[in-house]
Amino acid sequence: MTHLAELPAPLALLAAALVLAGAFLSLAGSFGLLRMRTFYDRLHAPTIATSMGISCVLLASMLVFTALQSRLVIHELLVGALVVLTTPVTLMLVARAALHRDRLEKSPAVPRAARPEPAEEPAE
Amino acid sequence: MRWLLPHPVISAGLLAFWLMASRSVAPGPMLVGAIIALLGGWALTLLDPPKVRIRRPGLILQLAGRVFVDIIRSNLAVARIVLSRRLPRRTGFLHIPLALREPHALAVLACILTATPGTAWLEFDAEEGWLLIHVLDLIDEEEWVRIVKERYEAPLLEIFR
Repeated sequence: MTHLAELPAPLALLAAALVLAGAFLSLAGSFGLLRMRTFYDRLHAPTIATSMGISCVLLASMLVFTALQSRLVIHELLVGALVVLTTPVTLMLVARAALHRDRLEKSPAVPRAARPEPAEEPAE
Repeated sequence: MRWLLPHPVISAGLLAFWLMASRSVAPGPMLVGAIIALLGGWALTLLDPPKVRIRRPGLILQLAGRVFVDIIRSNLAVARIVLSRRLPRRTGFLHIPLALREPHALAVLACILTATPGTAWLEFDAEEGWLLIHVLDLIDEEEWVRIVKERYEAPLLEIFR
């Protein structure tokens, strides 16, 4: 890691701040996963890590390696794009499996279909 | 030419993807990238996706900027909820009637809602266009329906027409 010493101080500070912010956000997301009460609430927390958490870390990586190699390093964008494109797939898979289970168990907490129930539609 | 490159944009994207991932434009990666691009195009033909026409590039940028800002805002909001001492007052399911039917546009909307912490896409009823999402901070249901429809659905309807 000695080559990191060649990094100009302001850039190093900025990159460090970004990495710390990303790590903090990811931690907050994981903490939320522990803390939330229901399965569906828990779906939301890790999204912090897959959106802004990862963006901060990737941005820091782009800054550092662009500065060190004195050419534009942007393949981190691929990581971001792939995460954004693939998260909905896994999230929907998990969420719909849970919906399916809850509906089989006739849980009153989940809607029975994507379409609202006619009786409760105006009240909601 | 049509049989060789049935999806030129996708193939070009795959080639660019490969070159970015291998961080080089040397002949070797170029060759592998070209093979991947060709195979990818052919594989997509087998899936037979519906034709997509994208308009209004300016609106795409505007939507991207809006989503970028919203993602930052909701990240901070959800992080605050997670770290606050009291958990949110009300979380819940929300039914949203959508006019959007174009599969690509729906996929983009799914990516937007999923990438935004606080909203999760659960299921979509393609026949009547009901979308079921789960919202972490469901204070005002009307407001959420309005956000999804006006901020995201309206521009997507314009773009994928």
